Amino acid sequence: MTWDKILNFTLQLTSNALTTLQLFFMTLLFALPLGLLTAVIRMSRIRPVSYIMRGYLLVMRGTPLMLQLIFFMYGVKPAIENLLFNAFGASVTFSRLQVAIFSFTLNYAAYFAEIYRGGIESIPAGQREAANVLGFSKKQTFFRIILPQVVRKILPPMGNEFMTLVKDTALARIIGVVEITSYAEKMQAFYVSVLPVVIAGIFYLLMNAVVSRCFAAAEKRLGYYS
Amino acid sequence: MKVLQATDIQKSFGKNPVLRGISFDISQGEVLSIIGPSGSGKSTLLRCLTLLERIDSGYIAYEDLVMAKNDAASGKAVYSPAPVLQQIRRKFGLVFQNFNLFPHFSVLRNITEAPIHVAGKSRDEAEKEAMALLDKVGLAEKANAYPCELSGGQQQRVAIARALAMHPDILFFDEPTSALDPELTGEILKVIRNLAEEKMTMIIVTHEMAFARDVSDRVIFMDEGVIVEQGDPKQVIENPQSERTKAFLSRFSQR
Ligand SMILES: Nc1ncnc2c1ncn2[C@@H]1O[C@H](COP(=O)(O)OP(=O)(O)OP(=O)(O)O)[C@@H](O)[C@H]1O
Ligand SMILES: [Mg+2]
Repeated sequence: MTWDKILNFTLQLTSNALTTLQLFFMTLLFALPLGLLTAVIRMSRIRPVSYIMRGYLLVMRGTPLMLQLIFFMYGVKPAIENLLFNAFGASVTFSRLQVAIFSFTLNYAAYFAEIYRGGIESIPAGQREAANVLGFSKKQTFFRIILPQVVRKILPPMGNEFMTLVKDTALARIIGVVEITSYAEKMQAFYVSVLPVVIAGIFYLLMNAVVSRCFAAAEKRLGYYS
Repeated sequence: MKVLQATDIQKSFGKNPVLRGISFDISQGEVLSIIGPSGSGKSTLLRCLTLLERIDSGYIAYEDLVMAKNDAASGKAVYSPAPVLQQIRRKFGLVFQNFNLFPHFSVLRNITEAPIHVAGKSRDEAEKEAMALLDKVGLAEKANAYPCELSGGQQQRVAIARALAMHPDILFFDEPTSALDPELTGEILKVIRNLAEEKMTMIIVTHEMAFARDVSDRVIFMDEGVIVEQGDPKQVIENPQSERTKAFLSRFSQR
């Protein structure tokens, strides 16, 4: 590859990186709160409710994300589109990226849920009891006393998940989302050169360097107590 | 009117009866110590009185607010509706054996959080009062420290200030010095002694016999979920009547 081709490829790749970033941030935006909700329901004392959540967690964590993507793309997406059309006469079509965001959200929410649960269960019962005696409502206790301590505790495992997510976005190419890896693969074949693949790798590395920096900073900021 | 009235409290954990008919009351300004061997149900009693555990049957009331009373038909305790219980929570404070301060809040915020968000005080007012309380327990200069930066004795004094900030009518202590090194127990006992002088109503579970004898108006000796003996502290601790109390106290003085 010549220099101007490399430059051209890198510019093109940058625009595809936006798709990767979109998938990354949208997944976090939905999966972080959904995971918390899932964790809380999973810990419910109402047995059937808890068991349904366990089933969801088992499926999401026990099958390949790639398989889930295919399932949602070719099974769930058309079914929902048909349903919307038949029920409301609305002809909606979901984009490949939307389906990817949906699948990633459900999958990552399951992993996040287990991390949240571990964090919540690691907070000593005395914290809840002290809050209870002081008259805090359940909601206040959770959001003022428990959750801030949980966030601090789960930063390291969350950091790992965020970094895995950066790399997992590459899986979206299986349902035809054009992101960094799929473009690099195409260009590799076009130029018969692995250079595009190497440059794509550098993109992921840079993204993860930023993620890891952010987590290091957050851990430092919240490290004022032990 | 009695600050707290408890009648025939029964509580089991599964098949294990832990409280087997406890009755007592406490008047305004009285200091009551509860002593007894490990596993006799002292902590469970305090936890039932502070709504951390539910009783199976019996009657508990704070002044005219009934927490729980027996249902005539079933003989099982029925609790008052949540708003009444929330009102009752404002009547008492509890100091734990292991402090249970909120580690992510500064000392000052540990104290002001409930007055602001539960009692609805303004931040200014709550902070002013918290500083006065910290001054009282001798920790004014630690207002901006975090709990992990304090000694156990200091943490416990903050916990006492945190409980006092809600202006309880009655303050419970569950072995407030047991988690502390012996040389740190004195500072806690001094704070409690000062509260007694100010006529704070208190129930103190403790293994500090000399302290119980000197500071309290009345001592209860509990064993296996029942009150075996109660009365004047000097009388109970120095001249116990029941065999079980004698056995417990003699084991104690040998240590
Ligand atoms: N949550 C619980 N579940 C089951 N059993 C419990 C529970 N809490 C306490 N118990 C049992 O109740 C009994 C009384 O315990 P409790 O903690 O009230 O005793 P205590 O008098 O405070 O003892 P100590 O002096 O060691 O603090 C013990 O046999 C204990 O095992
Ligand atoms: Mg105890």
